Amino acid sequence: MENIVVEIEHLKKYFGNNKVLEDISFKLEKGKNLVVLGKSGSGKSVLIKCLVGLIKPDAGKIILLGKNIADLDEKGMNELRKKIGFLFQSAALYDSMTVRENLEFPLRDNKELKKVERENLVKEALKNVGLEEVIDEMPSELSGGMRKRVGLARTIILKPEIILYDEPTTGLDPITSKEISQLILAIQKKFNTAAIIITHDIECARITANSLMIIKDGKSAIEGSFEEVSQSKDKWIHSFFE
Amino acid sequence: MSNESVIINPEIIEKKISSLNSFQKGLTDFFEEVSALTHFTIHFFKEVFLPPYEWKEFLKQSFLIGYKSMPLVGITGFIMGLVLTIQARPTMSTFGAESWIPAMVAVSIVREIGPVITALIFAGKVGSGIGAELASMKVTEQIDAMEVSGTNPFNYIVVTRIAAATIMLPLLVIIGDAIGLCGSYLGVNIQGDVSFHLFFLQVFGKLDFSDVMPAVIKTFFFGFAVGLIGCYKGYNANKGTEGVGKAANAAVVFASLLVFIIDMIAVQLTSLFN
Repeated sequence: MENIVVEIEHLKKYFGNNKVLEDISFKLEKGKNLVVLGKSGSGKSVLIKCLVGLIKPDAGKIILLGKNIADLDEKGMNELRKKIGFLFQSAALYDSMTVRENLEFPLRDNKELKKVERENLVKEALKNVGLEEVIDEMPSELSGGMRKRVGLARTIILKPEIILYDEPTTGLDPITSKEISQLILAIQKKFNTAAIIITHDIECARITANSLMIIKDGKSAIEGSFEEVSQSKDKWIHSFFE
Repeated sequence: MSNESVIINPEIIEKKISSLNSFQKGLTDFFEEVSALTHFTIHFFKEVFLPPYEWKEFLKQSFLIGYKSMPLVGITGFIMGLVLTIQARPTMSTFGAESWIPAMVAVSIVREIGPVITALIFAGKVGSGIGAELASMKVTEQIDAMEVSGTNPFNYIVVTRIAAATIMLPLLVIIGDAIGLCGSYLGVNIQGDVSFHLFFLQVFGKLDFSDVMPAVIKTFFFGFAVGLIGCYKGYNANKGTEGVGKAANAAVVFASLLVFIIDMIAVQLTSLFN
């Protein structure tokens, strides 16, 4: 299908004797959000780190935007990474840089961009997350929710086709969590991005998921819409929604 | 022949096996560390000559590593020159060789004390700073964030810092030596009366090209070692806040040790060529 932007086939990743990912397969269409649930240590973060090449899988196939990442050299992988956004659990803002410099960082390879254009892109990205006023502040001066928003602004500045969210609402209060979840949804609608969202937050999953997958013992235990999965008669799966 | 049987205490054997195992583990860890450091160094030399060159970051790091270390190096250099002069006076007076103090202090500072002391201070300030900064970047996934944004983090973070440390330390040593000689001038004049002109005439009269050049050349290696160890320890830090402290501490200890080892080799080579 032309609309498929992420295709994973029989992905495996072991750390020593610890079988983290045993056999994961799924497809994700353009403009759709897939939420991945699972217990802590079930390999959810490992899964998305395999997608961007931060962790090398032991077996399986990863096709992103029609390209098999195993066939790409370092340059090719870096080009592909520019079309993929990644929001880290801790937001991973560069401590030594201001918010402006953080947002300009992904643009540094684009030498054709003029200073004014760069400035406009930074302001536009911050406007999209509702934080224009913090442009000259340091990350240490921001609250947890603001850091996540700035991280999201940095993620969307290159207008990626796929965004990977690693526990976007962890450590935030319920109100801020809801705001971040709604922001994820707003970005999906505005930019028509596909996203894989790793979370423990059922409210976040409910707001953002077009489809939902639960990982158990390194395998996909169930996949379907939020309603389908939440009404599962399997006790273990149902316990996520209680 | 006696039929006495030898009684073997199993606890002693267990202890010996255990100490043998820990020795073996220590040896394996050491060679693994050396191998990893060698790979890291080779990686640096592969990246340093390849574009893209991160000039902006290199200049920023040169400012932070070099300029920001100047007050500490300056104060230390001044005290070093002053104390050395004051301490040397009684012994030199015994031989009636007070007039040789400026020359003796100058040779000591320029050839040995200046480069080594400055390098050790540099290892303490810059090496630990780099180690802690990089380890903290690793723990908070900033290095991963750089990688997924399509930037080569090794080139951006490691190459720039090692290059800046390599180039900045010789400059700091030259400045530290100069300030150290000023401290010595003050030390000479505490109990004597030597003009500035005469003092430096005696200093430069005794300093040879063979005193200055080897000392300057070895400081490039000191700087490289401090930058390399700081980056290596930080970049390979274990996850968690404990890893940050360990990286900073290990960076200072290993960089300082390496400074002495390089100095020992440099002295041997200098003697050989002289």
